[in-house]
Amino acid sequence: MEKIFQKLSLASATLVFVLLVGIFLTLYSAAKPAIDEFGLGFITNPEWNKEVVVPTTPDAANKAEALNSNDDTITGEDDVMIADEDDEIADEDEMLLDDEDESVTKTIYGGLVPIVGTLLSTLIALVFALPIAMGIAVFLAEIAPKNISNIVGIAIELLAAIPSIIFGMWGLYYFAPIVADIVGGYQVSLLTAGLVLGVMILPFMAAITRDSMNTTPAVLKESAYALGATKFEVIKDIIFPYSKVGIIGSIILALGRALGETMAVAFLIGSIFELPKAINSPTISIPVAMANNFGEASGLGESALFYLALILFIISFAVISLAKFYFLKKAK
Amino acid sequence: MRLLINKIFLGLSIGSALIGLSFLAWILITLFMKGLGSFHFSLFLNDLIDGGLRNLIIGQMILAGLASLIGIPLGMTAGIYIQEYGQGKYASLIRDLSDIMMSAPSIVIGAFVYAIVVVPMGGTSGWAGAIALAIMMIPVVINTTDSMLSLVPRELREAGIALGASKYKVIIDIVIKAAKVGIMTGILLAFARIVGETAPLLFTSETSNYFTLNLNESFPSLTVSIYDLANEPEKSSRDLAWAASFILTVMVLIINLTGRFVTRNKK
Repeated sequence: MEKIFQKLSLASATLVFVLLVGIFLTLYSAAKPAIDEFGLGFITNPEWNKEVVVPTTPDAANKAEALNSNDDTITGEDDVMIADEDDEIADEDEMLLDDEDESVTKTIYGGLVPIVGTLLSTLIALVFALPIAMGIAVFLAEIAPKNISNIVGIAIELLAAIPSIIFGMWGLYYFAPIVADIVGGYQVSLLTAGLVLGVMILPFMAAITRDSMNTTPAVLKESAYALGATKFEVIKDIIFPYSKVGIIGSIILALGRALGETMAVAFLIGSIFELPKAINSPTISIPVAMANNFGEASGLGESALFYLALILFIISFAVISLAKFYFLKKAK
Repeated sequence: MRLLINKIFLGLSIGSALIGLSFLAWILITLFMKGLGSFHFSLFLNDLIDGGLRNLIIGQMILAGLASLIGIPLGMTAGIYIQEYGQGKYASLIRDLSDIMMSAPSIVIGAFVYAIVVVPMGGTSGWAGAIALAIMMIPVVINTTDSMLSLVPRELREAGIALGASKYKVIIDIVIKAAKVGIMTGILLAFARIVGETAPLLFTSETSNYFTLNLNESFPSLTVSIYDLANEPEKSSRDLAWAASFILTVMVLIINLTGRFVTRNKK
């Protein structure tokens, strides 16, 4: 019995490892056709789902060349003229092939637009949320009396509990019109998506930052107060330096959250595969590209979406590991 | 001058707290106004096909409930392994990986389940949705179990073993009992989180306009239907989406607050 229980718990723990590796391998194998087709150039290609006419497939061109060279060897070295003519004929053949078979079009998928959209909307969210989150954390940890801090703390955590789809609807119908009135431009845009994303990560960032600040030993703060320091000076010179590493970790962790957020952004970013011309023009992000196109996609298109998923998974894996293992570990 | 800077800084800090609170208030007030405006008790009696939400609410609870049935035992046993059995490197590796998985993008988990469940099964299904939510839940349960068990004093375990109990008996009868309240809170918060999830369900369970208990076909989901309804041009659909959002948020917040209340009382 003891053995069984121990084995079971080991198996469950191993499941985590299996799942993570499984996610990576599954995404990779589903993305394989797109990876083979587009390679790393996928990341810098701004076209999505664009039909391009290709003269012939590379296979056919190779075959034609092979045939020509065969002809050359047969006709001998002195008949260069003839060989040239052969080439021309082969070219004409290729043209003919094109005319007959117009379906020699390729659909090109590139990931640049959603990748840029994801990074920029996250950046906007961060710039917007950072100062407010720091202010809230300072308020909760240092300024408010204990009972007010508790109540406000719970309220902020409730904000974090609200489902992301609610943020999306509220953002689209109530928040974005106001932003668009002030800034101008579209209601669905990089800017409004980033700002709503910022509101979403705000409570998360504030909560971890508060926890980091709370680790500052009371003795340090009290000595500074005893020397006549004001609250601002204590926070700036004692608490921030002491909990700096933890705070950076919490910011990066919030960034990881924002990168993968789907629903709130889906309502607001506009969902068009176009690089944003300005901060208030619409674009798309990786999660939104997946949410909107997965249903209809098949073949190479679906594979390209898995390629995007793989890229997102790797980026967020890297960001979260950096936060957890470098900054938050050090903070402990 | 120093005092002035201090005042300005404190003012800014209080100001940001007010901004945070006003966002919460703004969202909640919007939800109440729009949600209550379109709210009607008949929403609980009809299915989506007849303009109600009954099948969606039941479907969402079934998906989250099934996910919990899969995720809680797996997460708890894994947490027990990390804290009680595991030594050294492997246990801390699993702990770190579980932390990473907790923040993995939910849409990526949806895509993963799509590839391993939906494609082999030949279509979206309730099972796929429940599995996707379970994967979201497992790392959260591991995290709570792990940290709550670490709070149980060593002496309790030693006393149990001194009485001749085997290790698993000690874990089940003593350690888990001592950490019960904390673990339950964590599980309730995890449940509240997955009830409101949309992204992992989009291409796993999808949603359905009809009432069904058959987990082998597309399964009604409140959140996915909110997304569909909110994007439709008719005002009636959007009103229904607001009513559904209102119900969803109330459900999530009640579960969340229950979790917090339980711990508070125990303290």
